This record gives sequence, structure tokens and C-alpha cells, in this order.
Amino acid sequence: MIKLENVQKKYQDGYVALKEVNLECNSGEITVFIGPSGCGKTTTMKLINRLIQPSAGKVYVNGKDVSHIDPVELRRGIGYVIQSVGLFPHMNIANNIAVVPRLLNWEEERIAKRVDELLSVVGLDPETYRSRYPSELSGGQQQRVGVARALAAEPSVILMDEPFSALDPISREQLQDELIRLQKDIKKTIIFVTHDMDEALKIADKIVLMKDGAVVQQGTPEEILRHPANDFVKEFIGAKRLKQVQEIPTAEEVMIRKAVTAYPTRGLAASIKIMESRKVDSLIVVNENDKLLGYITIYDVLNQFKDENKRVGDIVKPFTHTVMPNTLLTQVIDIVDEYKLAYVPVVSENNTLLGLVTRGSLVGHMSDIYPSNGIGV
Amino acid sequence: MTGNIFSEILNYLQNNWSTLLLLTVEHIGMVICGLLLALIVGIPFGILAARSEKAGSVILALANVIQVFPSLALLALLMVFFGIGFTSVVIGLFLYSLLPIIRNTYVGLKEVDKSITEAGKGVGMTAFQLLVKVQIPLALSFILSGIRIAAIIAIGVATLAPFIGGEGLGKEIYSGINLRDPVKIYVSAVLAALIAILADFLLGKAQKRARVD
Repeated sequence: MIKLENVQKKYQDGYVALKEVNLECNSGEITVFIGPSGCGKTTTMKLINRLIQPSAGKVYVNGKDVSHIDPVELRRGIGYVIQSVGLFPHMNIANNIAVVPRLLNWEEERIAKRVDELLSVVGLDPETYRSRYPSELSGGQQQRVGVARALAAEPSVILMDEPFSALDPISREQLQDELIRLQKDIKKTIIFVTHDMDEALKIADKIVLMKDGAVVQQGTPEEILRHPANDFVKEFIGAKRLKQVQEIPTAEEVMIRKAVTAYPTRGLAASIKIMESRKVDSLIVVNENDKLLGYITIYDVLNQFKDENKRVGDIVKPFTHTVMPNTLLTQVIDIVDEYKLAYVPVVSENNTLLGLVTRGSLVGHMSDIYPSNGIGV
Repeated sequence: MTGNIFSEILNYLQNNWSTLLLLTVEHIGMVICGLLLALIVGIPFGILAARSEKAGSVILALANVIQVFPSLALLALLMVFFGIGFTSVVIGLFLYSLLPIIRNTYVGLKEVDKSITEAGKGVGMTAFQLLVKVQIPLALSFILSGIRIAAIIAIGVATLAPFIGGEGLGKEIYSGINLRDPVKIYVSAVLAALIAILADFLLGKAQKRARVD
């Protein structure tokens, strides 16, 4: 885990690069630092491998205060990928990848094996690329080698400073996909700096949004999209992306509020009357505080009808599935479809019945979104 | 007349080849000694200059001052301090070779892409490892170009060696001037020029090999 505590960075000319940064990056997750240029995201990242020293505050990597670790040792244990790739042009690909293992005095045999393994991992054929020089490779291939170099000595932490920004859109997409795929296996703690929100949303487990040397908001992509902290965040996410999220309605918007309910104390004959008058085949059973208890169907009632002592509370069945008001419609539909439900109740956190999403209410909502414009009947 | 000169030259070469060979070897020897000294002193100064702006401006200014000194005047001054002979010549050649080597080392190191230096630092190289494994190999072509320039200047300046009691092909040129013997002048001058051309060619090749795209 990486932790920054009250970190400040002030340069000698008085420029304040970081005001007061507090953040945590969880182990095995991709944390993306994002913000407009000059927001301090790269500065923050470079504090971690001590390429920049903080003016105040502490930086911890895996529980250790980095100011007590020799910077050279520290950096050998942290993978580093930079935007301009920074491969050593006078070394072939194998030697470029082998840089850190050599600094760590690995045996040559082990290094050669590791180089081939890594080339395969990043999708380059070892036989073909091992002895080529960086200038003979395309930008995308070079950055693959850059990633391989960062992984070489099996660091637990990897810093990536806008690694894909300089690539063409196709290579960028490919490398993003492969990073996600790779991360599933290697589970490294990755700090990824970018200014591209699409990239951040795609790869991040956690996003740290920065502006003017301060953290504006941090959270999962979902949290940031759903609850942007302020106008800056909204603007940075972009109206289009926000709309995409907000266009998917929640259960609350789709549900019918007037569900036909019955108390458990009601008799069976009375319940049939209610069903009859409201033209439904089942009733939602709630107590007097509107807490959801379950449901009864007309078939259950008819089966038990002969027993005059039975009340609704005796034949109620609990719901196997309920949704929250903020559950996305897409998820509601998934549940309805997967469990072949006729309807699903919407309940608050304390199990109060708020409404029902029925097949009818779904269709009603769809017809609101996609008006027929008079076509058809 | 022309045919005459050619046969005279051939004749001259036949009779004096051992002296000429000796002078050529001495000439090259002086140049190599001067160059080696300049490398030993110049490269570290070049590195220092590239590391610190302040030191850099002082070092480059000093080396520049030495360079603008007229060569004969510098040699004469050196003779005053170090006496006549080999030592003064070598010191003179050393001083003349210094600027191109310092300047090219400085420029070569400055030209190394910042991102590559940062990558080296970022993967955990010490300053020395960065210098030896990355910066110097990448600056090598520049440094060799400096050596090439220095060698050509030194080969030229070395022809002035006889003025302060040194050896080398200058001796033959000088005696040719005194004796008004064009053959002597042709042969020794062309030999000195050939050495310069050869040095230029060989160091040019080395420089090309050291270049990294």
C-alpha cells in the first residue's frame, strides 16, 4: 500500500506544486491520478520513488517511510514507465529489459530467462525482438518493452507516468486492454498518471482527481461518475459521460409507488376482495410501519381458503429478491430476467416498501423514453 | 620539369625514407601524448561542466582562452617555463586539444535526451552508473568528434615543434625552408597532411560507429 500524509511541495522560487495531499493507494489495485496539466499529478507520483522530495509530510510505501530508504534502492524496487518510453537507445531490447536485474546482480542465466518470459507477457516474440534496437520498433512496441522493463525485477509497485499518451489511438487501446488483462494475473500496486478521463475510467480501480496541487476527489470510477464532488469534477468528467450514467434510470424512477398491500392480520376472504377490486393476482404484505414482510398470491389464498382461522400472515412468503431505489434499471432488468420474476419490490435500507418494479412499469417507462410518434396502432 | 620533380621526389624518398619514417613516428608520438593528456584531463572537466552550470561556464571560458592563443606564441611561452624539447611540445599540444574535447564532452552529455536520463534514474541507477552505462555511451559520438578535431589541430600545431626544439615532420619542413629545397618541403608537408587526413578518416569512422539513433 502507498500512503501520502499531509504532503506538500514548495519550490525555492515560491511555487507551490502540492498544497496538502493525503491519499492512499491500495495494494494490487490500479490507482489513477488525473487532472489538468500542472495539477501536480506527476509531482505526486514522483514523490513515491523519490525523484522529487516533499517539502513537508510523509510518503509510505508498503508501510515504510520512503525518506528513510536509500533512493537508489527504493527505485530498484519500484517499476517505472514514462510517457516518452525512455528506452536506452544504445542497448538492444534484451539489455533494456535486463537493466534493473543487472543492477541487482542477478545471474545472467536467470536474466535471459526473465527477459524472454517478459517479452512474451507483453506480446512480443522473444526470438524476433530480443536483439533488436529500440529505434527499430514502433511506438507501441517500444512502450511494451517499457512495461516489460518496469516488470523485470518483480517490483510490487509500478509507477506509470502517462505511459500511453504519446501512442496512436489503436495502440493505446490495445495497451490499455493488455494492462487490464496483465493486472489480473500480476496484481501489482499500480499508480497510473493520465489526463485522459476515458483511460482513467477504463483501467482505474480508484481515481484520484487533482487540481492546483490538491486532491479534489478520490473514489472508484463509479463513485466519481455518480457523485461528482463539485462543478470542476463535473466539468472534467464531461457532460457526455455524466449523461451516459444519468441516462440509465434507477429503480425509483421506474417503480410504481402505489403497490397493493395487505397487513398480515387481514383475513383471507378480505384479501380476495382486495385482489378483485384492484385487479391483481397477488398482494404485498407489509406491517403497519410499511416494512416489507413478503407476498401472497391468489393461488395460495384459494388453497388455504377453507381454513377460516388462517390470516394473511400465516401464508405469506418472503421475497427472494428486492432492489434499492438507486439500483440501476439495467441491474433490475437483469434480476427480473434471470429469476423470471413478475415484479420486484423496491425497499429502502431499513426494509420499508417504497414501490414495485413490475413488467408493466418497465414497459411504461420504455414507452416514455422511446415515444412511438404515432407509428403503429 | 614536372616529371623531373617526381623523379626527384622518388629519389629523395629512396634516400631518406628511414629519417622520414622516424620523423613521422615522432610526430605521431607527440600528438598521441598530447591527445591522451587532453583526454585524461578534458573528459572529467567536460563531465563537470555538464553537471554544473557554474563550473561549466568557467571551464569553457578558460578552455576558450587557451584556444585563441596564437600557437607559436603559446609554444614560445611554454618553452620559457618548461625548457626546449619534447615536454613543452606535448604540453602545447595538450592545451590545444583541451577545448574541443571538453566542449564536445559537455555538449554530448547535454544532448542526451532528458527522458532517457530520467528513466535511468527512475530504474535505480546511481549517478555513476548513469554516467558510465547511459550518458557516456550516448555522448560517445560527440566525444569522438571532439577527439577528431583535436587530433587534426594537434597534427598541425606539431609541425611548429622544431621552433622550440621538438622533433617531428616540422623539422624537415623547416630545414626545407632554410635550404630552399622544394622537394624536402613537398614531401614533409604532404606527409604531415596525410597523417591529418588519415586521423580524420579513422576517427570519423569510429565516430560513425559510436552514433546511436
